[in-house]
Amino acid sequence: MSAIDITGVSKRYGTTAVLHDVTLAVAAREFVVLVGPSGCGKSTLLRMIAGLEEVSAGEIRIGGRLVNDLPPKARDIAMVFQSYALYPHMSVADNMAYSLRLRRTSRQGIETAINAAAAKLGLGSLLERKPSALSGGQRQRVAMGRAIVRRPKAFLFDEPLSNLDARLREHMRAEIKKLHLELGATSIYVTHDQIEAMTLADRIVAMNGGYVQQVGSPLELYDRPANLFVAGFIGSPAMNMFPALFSRRAGRPTLVHAGFALSLDHDPPVAEGAVLTVGMRPEHIVLGAGPVQGVVNLLEPTGLGTIAHLTLAGTAFKAFSLARLPLTIGASVPIDLPAHRLHLFDAEGIRVGP
Amino acid sequence: MRKPHRILYWSSHYLLIWLYVLFALFPLFWLIKVALTPNDLLYSEGIRLWPSRTSLEHFRFVLTHSEFPLFFRNSLIVSSSTAVSVTLISGACGYGLSRFSFRGRPLIVALLLITQMFPLVMLVAPMFRLLAPLGLTNSLTGLVIVYSAFNSPFATFLMQSFFDAIPKELEEAAMIDGATRFGAFRRIILPLTLPGIAATGGFVFSAAWSELLFALMLNSSSRASTFPVGLLSFVSKFSVDFGQMMAAGVLALIPACLFFLLIQRYLVRGLTAGAVKG
Amino acid sequence: MGTGDDQGETESEVSAFRRRLTNSAEPYLYTAPVLILIVAVMLVPLSVGLSYAFRDIQLLDPFSGGFVGFEHFHELKADRSFRAALLNTLIWTGASVALQFIFGLILALLLNREFAGRRLVQALVFLPWAVPTFLVGLDWAWLFNPVVGPLPGWMFALKMTHDANNLLADPATALIGPIVAAIWWGIPFFAITNLAALQSIPKDLYEAASIDGAGTFKQFRSITLPLLAPTIAITILLRTIWIANFADLIVVMTNGGPADSTQTVASYIFTVAFRRLDFGYASAIAAVLLLLLFLYALAILSVRRLFVQRQS
Repeated sequence: MSAIDITGVSKRYGTTAVLHDVTLAVAAREFVVLVGPSGCGKSTLLRMIAGLEEVSAGEIRIGGRLVNDLPPKARDIAMVFQSYALYPHMSVADNMAYSLRLRRTSRQGIETAINAAAAKLGLGSLLERKPSALSGGQRQRVAMGRAIVRRPKAFLFDEPLSNLDARLREHMRAEIKKLHLELGATSIYVTHDQIEAMTLADRIVAMNGGYVQQVGSPLELYDRPANLFVAGFIGSPAMNMFPALFSRRAGRPTLVHAGFALSLDHDPPVAEGAVLTVGMRPEHIVLGAGPVQGVVNLLEPTGLGTIAHLTLAGTAFKAFSLARLPLTIGASVPIDLPAHRLHLFDAEGIRVGP
Repeated sequence: MRKPHRILYWSSHYLLIWLYVLFALFPLFWLIKVALTPNDLLYSEGIRLWPSRTSLEHFRFVLTHSEFPLFFRNSLIVSSSTAVSVTLISGACGYGLSRFSFRGRPLIVALLLITQMFPLVMLVAPMFRLLAPLGLTNSLTGLVIVYSAFNSPFATFLMQSFFDAIPKELEEAAMIDGATRFGAFRRIILPLTLPGIAATGGFVFSAAWSELLFALMLNSSSRASTFPVGLLSFVSKFSVDFGQMMAAGVLALIPACLFFLLIQRYLVRGLTAGAVKG
Repeated sequence: MGTGDDQGETESEVSAFRRRLTNSAEPYLYTAPVLILIVAVMLVPLSVGLSYAFRDIQLLDPFSGGFVGFEHFHELKADRSFRAALLNTLIWTGASVALQFIFGLILALLLNREFAGRRLVQALVFLPWAVPTFLVGLDWAWLFNPVVGPLPGWMFALKMTHDANNLLADPATALIGPIVAAIWWGIPFFAITNLAALQSIPKDLYEAASIDGAGTFKQFRSITLPLLAPTIAITILLRTIWIANFADLIVVMTNGGPADSTQTVASYIFTVAFRRLDFGYASAIAAVLLLLLFLYALAILSVRRLFVQRQS
């Protein structure tokens, strides 16, 4: 029995379907990230687990218990909102104590719980302040403190870092990960930022248009994206994609592109002459040595490495290299697209091959 | 030629402002002036801007020899009861319209809008015939019921706009923390909308305070008459005693103006905030 | 597995159903009190009142109440006072709304700039709105009264009138009184709504325009007016209906006289009901007024639809 069981869940607003037949089993103590572009349904799914939205079809079970019709307060879950949703007229301590007071916890119990949470999150000196007197990062931690004191069956996070600036986001990401390692609580985290998904998740659920696209560990999604959407969504800069014709006539499996041909290292189950979409990540393109020539159009030095915008046989590519290569704009540079780094997708965008 | 241009602009600006202030305050000033003019000087000094001698005799008369204290008390009871009941039910209705999207919503909104559009005057006749057998004419309760109905739609829209300004996430957080929706409404939302509630209550209070036609129609005895009705009958009885009439008018004015000066900042801010949020 | 479990399932099904029912009933519970009150106190009398238009209801005659069909409406067609009232309603509504709006807009423009003492000025200038309407009527009636008011004397001195008599006693000029009172009372409302709308215009637009070289007037014409237009339209339309229905001022200041020269349709309804106690006739007039308002609303909606269509 898993901590949270989502079976065949769909959501409809009137005649518009927003979520289609989602099935997911979240194990106890697991950190699952729902990731996808705006409108993909990830927040809707989270809110259905929380009890803030009705379930149109399917079942949601928490700890084995069917919760479809239970109000949020009966589900024993805690949620951290994107806007933090701190009670503005209460102090930090009262914000955190609110749920415990509703449960008629003893004053002693409340104090202990608040102090423990405050210690973990570094909120000790802020307990008497009101939310308006806190910075964004501090409010974020109070929101998490409010969730922690409840010791719920599961934590739900709804894009909690979206309102923070880049520096703070990096810092809080690590804080959340640390907290999860310490507390070991089942967590479901929603974000549109694929870096957050990659760094925080035990498993990622990639969603698009109300459908689950792929479920797997971060590295699984990175190494073997199940379809074009996941391939293009995970990884930054995004994977390069171009169309090519598959052919076995040359004696070995080959991809024929307008300007060049690539030999494959395996024989995928594809018909002769099929049109495939080929993908390669910018960081896997080899610059400086290779059988084809590309022309440099633009260079973006990031300090860590360089993103080079190239044109290769009329097609635009981006390559990322850690080495500080002596490239200049307009120059021609040899390029290699290693066969074992190619990703193949069929006409429907589904992954083909190993 | 910037400097002369600016001087011209700002002097005309201030001139216009002070014209407006003058225009706004003069009628009230005149009311006070005549109310303070003793009877013997009333006709001889009628047009002077300020009497040569002031006296409080009119106020004394109104307060001791007429039924004004009774009228004042009636108006106070009716207006405050109306303000309280309207705030309660319109608060609930405004909350419902703000937080829920449900099938009956467009119909309800349309209904509330329609009530703002037809002449209340036409209800005067049927209202009298319907309330008389129920014993609700010549009664303060009857007035409170009628005024509450008249003011609820506008108050509902006001309260709705105040609730709209509070993010729904606050109730959601409270419900996840263990509160029922109503508990979240009471403990979290209500304290945050107190200024809005005060403004709405104040608005309803002044609307009820100044209502004339229905009070006139539904009351034939002075027992349950409100201030406007009392003042009007006073005027027709003492139609030549301007000093006393104006003194009564000043007395009618004081609560309304005081109240307004207190809440006008919130009212304006509330209306402009709603506009900014779009 | 077994009967025990099945029973458990059915029970939770029932309570789930009950829970879903309370969930969908929730919004209605919140909105019910207001709705019940409105239906009982406004809609029921409304329909009852409309039925009176077809009956003879005299308050002082206990034997009245019989059905008279369209008799009241025939009487209405020949009623000169009613025709005068229709014309007066147009004048009263048009002049009041137009002048309230113009002066209110100017005031809003003046208040839109920071200047010394703005808060005080704002409170003072909005004060007329707080004055109860019956008092507004009485106060201005007294101001126009030659015995205790300064206006007749001043107007004569400024050569605005040819004698220093009471404006309100002359059928030709009497309507001016309530109109002026309505303007005095209504300027704050328009000033506040226009001010709110003015403040919602983002300052960047003006900054961009002045960089582009537009002067104050140009900015007003190309930025302020167009962005203000929707608010202006709505407030004017709603206010027109409200003022057309507003009888208090006229009843208090002139009672419709002298010789029905200040009677509007709304005040006529009240006069007939309250003074003549002829509820049937009053309801007939009210029915006509409702019809006119309905046509007005339809006209607005179709103009708006045309406007929206043309825009897209």
